[in-house]
Amino acid sequence: MTDHTRSMTPIIEARNLHKRFGTFTAVDDLSFRVEKGEFFGVLGPNGAGKTTAIRMIYGFSPLTSGSMRVFGLNIEQGWREIRSRLGVCQQENTLDPDLTVEQNLLLFAGYFSLPKVIAGQRSRELLEYFALEHKKQAKVEHLSGGMARRLMLARALINDPELVILDEPTTGLDPQSRHQVWDKLKELRSRGLTMLLTTHYMEEAAWLCDRLIIVDHGKILVEGTPRALIREHAGDSVVEVETPSEALREFTRSRNLQHDDLGNRLIIYNTLGPDLEHQLRGAFCDQTCTFRQGSLEDVFLRLTGRGLRE
Amino acid sequence: MSRAGRYSPRLLRVWRRNLVVYRRIWKVNFLVPLLEPLFYLLAFGIGFSRLVGDVMYAGQELTYVAFIAPALLATAIMFNAFYETTFASFVRMYYQKTFDAMLSTPLSLEEVITAEILWGATKSVLAAGLMLLVIALFGLVRLPEGLWVLPLAFLGGMAFGAVGMYFTGITPTIDMFNLPIFLFVTPLFLFSGTFFPVAGLPVWAQIVAWASPLYHLVELSRWAVMGRMESSALVSLGYLLLFSGVFFGLAVRAMRRRLIK
Ligand SMILES: Nc1ncnc2c1ncn2[C@@H]1O[C@H](COP(=O)(O)OP(=O)(O)O)[C@@H](O)[C@H]1O
Ligand SMILES: [Mg+2]
Repeated sequence: MTDHTRSMTPIIEARNLHKRFGTFTAVDDLSFRVEKGEFFGVLGPNGAGKTTAIRMIYGFSPLTSGSMRVFGLNIEQGWREIRSRLGVCQQENTLDPDLTVEQNLLLFAGYFSLPKVIAGQRSRELLEYFALEHKKQAKVEHLSGGMARRLMLARALINDPELVILDEPTTGLDPQSRHQVWDKLKELRSRGLTMLLTTHYMEEAAWLCDRLIIVDHGKILVEGTPRALIREHAGDSVVEVETPSEALREFTRSRNLQHDDLGNRLIIYNTLGPDLEHQLRGAFCDQTCTFRQGSLEDVFLRLTGRGLRE
Repeated sequence: MSRAGRYSPRLLRVWRRNLVVYRRIWKVNFLVPLLEPLFYLLAFGIGFSRLVGDVMYAGQELTYVAFIAPALLATAIMFNAFYETTFASFVRMYYQKTFDAMLSTPLSLEEVITAEILWGATKSVLAAGLMLLVIALFGLVRLPEGLWVLPLAFLGGMAFGAVGMYFTGITPTIDMFNLPIFLFVTPLFLFSGTFFPVAGLPVWAQIVAWASPLYHLVELSRWAVMGRMESSALVSLGYLLLFSGVFFGLAVRAMRRRLIK
């Protein structure tokens, strides 16, 4: 490593990643690093290139150009060792429908060449941890969406990985299941596991991630902690005004306030503190103003735009 | 990633996964190879052989049933491996995403594909073993030489498993398998010296039969089961080995193209 300022090798070091499918560029010069013990987020709308980037981390997709090192090993030569030390929870359900819940874990352990005794022990622990013990003889097609997702997580942990990659782990889950997954992920994080998560749920990223990047069209738009990103791009607070008056628009322009004008709704991002809030309250808000805290969702929408994807 | 580094004994774990699934419904899996020869032998023995009478093969008069019994073994070997690496592998690859999951573990694509073909060959051996049992009960198998059918089933299974996997690599949707079935498997089934001896055919038809991998498997099967064949065992073995090797290479290449994006 040429970088002397860090004593530890990063868990993931991606440099100038490119991925092209024919003439289409899905990942466009992505560089990031994930340190040991970090919960790292990759946020982006559908089609941003999250899954494509992730597949390059575990050596499923060859890089068009750039370099990828995981655990300090180059993915091209070290893919087998890298994969044996990480766990992947893919976006789609890739559980084996021909097998029972327990067999899914045991046979997967076999792919990692785990000894039988250890595989049995790990799978018992994981079934208990993810509250799936009572389902261990069930076929996976009989699992609910939440249970299937938990089994995917359990399977990603079967080899006691040092890094877990989670591709939209809560997409499509009901709120109860989602919160359950979040709790488990938080707990795993507190045990020092390094995790990389992709999501388009801002709440999820804000709640789980230490640091994140927002990606669109295969490029990184921003990088930082959720808190810093909110402060920088959404301000301390946000004021939403329904059917804004021309006077308010004029005021917004003249004071050079950060804002989004959606026609029948004006969103003002307050980076100037409580004074501005008082001013707005006094002069422009009869009944149609909403004052709230800035959120990661504001950051996301401001950076990736409000246009529909797909 | 060097090519040699993509193969390791770990591939047996994938083979084992298929065995575990097979064992779950082993009774059903056993039923077909046990009943199929019964049906054929009954139909041909009782019905058809009255029409045909005896058959001249490799300079000997044979009952029609004795003539087709080894061919039934060979076609079962072909169908079992081919079905496994086409329809069954396609379902695992495309619908169940089983390969995607495996490729997030220390398994390589080459190992997954090799294990699938090996599994196809294993199913051929299992089916051939069960059928051999039934055919032996009819007194149509010389023993113990007839047991050579088992390693032959493995070789034949590798050949047809590899060609099936190649089709899986290039076939866009599962119903498109009708094409290789209709244009490849069915003609082989009918024109490989299975139901009538090749020797009596016009020369061009003999040449066509000679190019058929099933013809060589049928020949070797006749040699194992009754100690007679009309061609050379070494040539047939060599042909099947070559065929397996070529299509194994093509299968891996096609699957790599299809799956690694
Ligand atoms: N195998 C492929 N061939 C062609 N285009 C692809 C392929 N895989 C992904 N893409 C395209 O690359 C872009 C990024 O996809 P993806 O990484 O799946 O996005 P995300 O996971 O962020 O939703 C999309 O426009 C998608 O259509
Ligand atoms: Mg995705």
